[in-house]
Amino acid sequence: MTVAASPARAGMVTTPVRQSSGAVAELRVVGMVWERELIRYVRTRTRILSGLIQPVLFLFVLGYGMSGLVGTVGGFNFHEFVYPGVVAMSVVMTAMFSALSIVWDREFGFLREMLIAPVQRSTLVLGKMFGGATVAAMQGTIMLVLAPLVGIELTALLVVQMICLELLMAVAMTTFGVFVASRISKMESFQVVMQMLLLPMLFLSGALFPLNGLPPWLAFITRLNPLTYAIAPFRQVIFEAQHMSAVAKRHFSTTVTWFGWPLPTWLELLIVLCFAAIFFVLAVRGLSKTE
Amino acid sequence: MAAVVSSGVERDPAVPGRGDTPPAVEVRGVTKSFGELIAVNDISFEVAQGEIFAFLGPNGAGKSTTISILCTLARPTSGSATVGGYDVVTEARHVRRHIGLVFQEQTLDDQLTAEENLRFHAVLYGVPSSQVDGRISRVMELVALSDRRRDLVSTYSGGMARRLEIARGMLHTPRVLFLDEPTVGLDPQTRALIWEDIHRLRHEEGVTIFLTTHYMDEAENAARIAIIDHGEIIALDTPDALKGSVGSDTITLETADDDGALTALRVAGYRVRRAENGLTVYVEDEEAAVGPLVATAGVPVHTVRVHRPTLDDVFLHYTGREIRDQHGEGGVPMFARAHGAHRR
Repeated sequence: MTVAASPARAGMVTTPVRQSSGAVAELRVVGMVWERELIRYVRTRTRILSGLIQPVLFLFVLGYGMSGLVGTVGGFNFHEFVYPGVVAMSVVMTAMFSALSIVWDREFGFLREMLIAPVQRSTLVLGKMFGGATVAAMQGTIMLVLAPLVGIELTALLVVQMICLELLMAVAMTTFGVFVASRISKMESFQVVMQMLLLPMLFLSGALFPLNGLPPWLAFITRLNPLTYAIAPFRQVIFEAQHMSAVAKRHFSTTVTWFGWPLPTWLELLIVLCFAAIFFVLAVRGLSKTE
Repeated sequence: MAAVVSSGVERDPAVPGRGDTPPAVEVRGVTKSFGELIAVNDISFEVAQGEIFAFLGPNGAGKSTTISILCTLARPTSGSATVGGYDVVTEARHVRRHIGLVFQEQTLDDQLTAEENLRFHAVLYGVPSSQVDGRISRVMELVALSDRRRDLVSTYSGGMARRLEIARGMLHTPRVLFLDEPTVGLDPQTRALIWEDIHRLRHEEGVTIFLTTHYMDEAENAARIAIIDHGEIIALDTPDALKGSVGSDTITLETADDDGALTALRVAGYRVRRAENGLTVYVEDEEAAVGPLVATAGVPVHTVRVHRPTLDDVFLHYTGREIRDQHGEGGVPMFARAHGAHRR
């Protein structure tokens, strides 16, 4: 579709650009928002580095520290257990950070440039979502380097599975982040959100400890957390590629249960997708209210 | 007070597109209120295609609110307006495609280069891929930043960033470029550069320019000025006509023999009045009048002082106040707040 014929425009020296609109134009915008996210990610190396440091701390300090306490069960260590959770953590944090950069965009005015443009809000969220997912998956892939150090074996299939699951996880977290960011108008609130929302979500997701054997109230809260359903399948594919003894499998359980019923993987993935869809709608709405 | 809407186009021979072409901006009885507060009160005016039109008034007078309505960022409470032939309420999307916007606050991504910022904008506004590079080169040339094209915006000075924003506003060949206080907070040299840019854009791209300002000297650049105060247009005309409306040019002479000079000038048909120390002569055009005047006086002239009415005089005349000391007025901070809330 092209723009309707313009009224007389005497005096226009330069030939006016015929602006395109419609699905293709919107797709170009998705691509552009995505590209900007990548450029910014690559350009801020400190962000890549700081995104690595925290998970590495968790992996080696918490992982090895707790190993002494938990001990080796059936030849399997706590740091092997915690590795998938730590990778997921870096993915989630990168995705969230990418989405929450909207708060910065608002502060420095660039959000305005995007919101006044003749494009759909959903297009902007979609671009942001793909951008956040891509950089988060990249960050997660960097974390693969650590696998041999903690004794996790990687196969080609596993790497592909992991990247797919990282993307899904990141999509859900980016849309969630955009929704949250659309409600934050001050930069100061950003730190509060990170601490009040992101850290509890990570701690209550099963990333750092097995979800079986928790007190009922705590178990209940973890089941409300979308991240729980994103991290469980992630850990499952990694564990399946390891040579684990039956004892170890039972001890370091990866299944999420609802009142004792173990959820199949497809349902977990579906739940994550549903959360992503809900957050997407909320994010678009949140941004629509902004201007 | 109802605004006097003069067509203005005929008075400025430099304005292209005069005559039968529809106005670039047409505002009819627009009112905007925020609750109890009336930010803009029943204003009407037209801006001709290719014209530079200035909204002059103190902070909180309703300038930014008017721009927000014309840019479809705010809905008028009543009245209607068209920009580029499109209705700002019912055809908001079309309006947005055909306007360029430069806000008071910066809206660039300073982690991207100038070129990346422009490319982003080009895609947002659906500039066809084949034309993007050409348009970027063109607008960077227009604001004389071609050599900084690949630099990160974070390395730009405030003035350069503003010029880049003006360039970006022109990227998608808008019909009307809105500039909200384009030179606020910049040094005089940079302001002059920006005005060079603006004149170049109008000349070479034929764009209509609608700007707000509270700088008197800046408004002089416009073909026509609307003076807005407390949400109402209190005067609208060319800078010269506005100045003419508050009085003529005056020349004050101190001579060796004031009585002799007075007689000689009166005989020659000048309007002369005895001033405190000398004579005040009312003339049409002070520049052309000084020479003949001194010659006609026929006595040695010690000093010549000329005064031409300024826009400050105009503002004072219409509002009874100086434009500069607007602070402490009851309504002003409230306007600012209501507006600020809206912009966030």
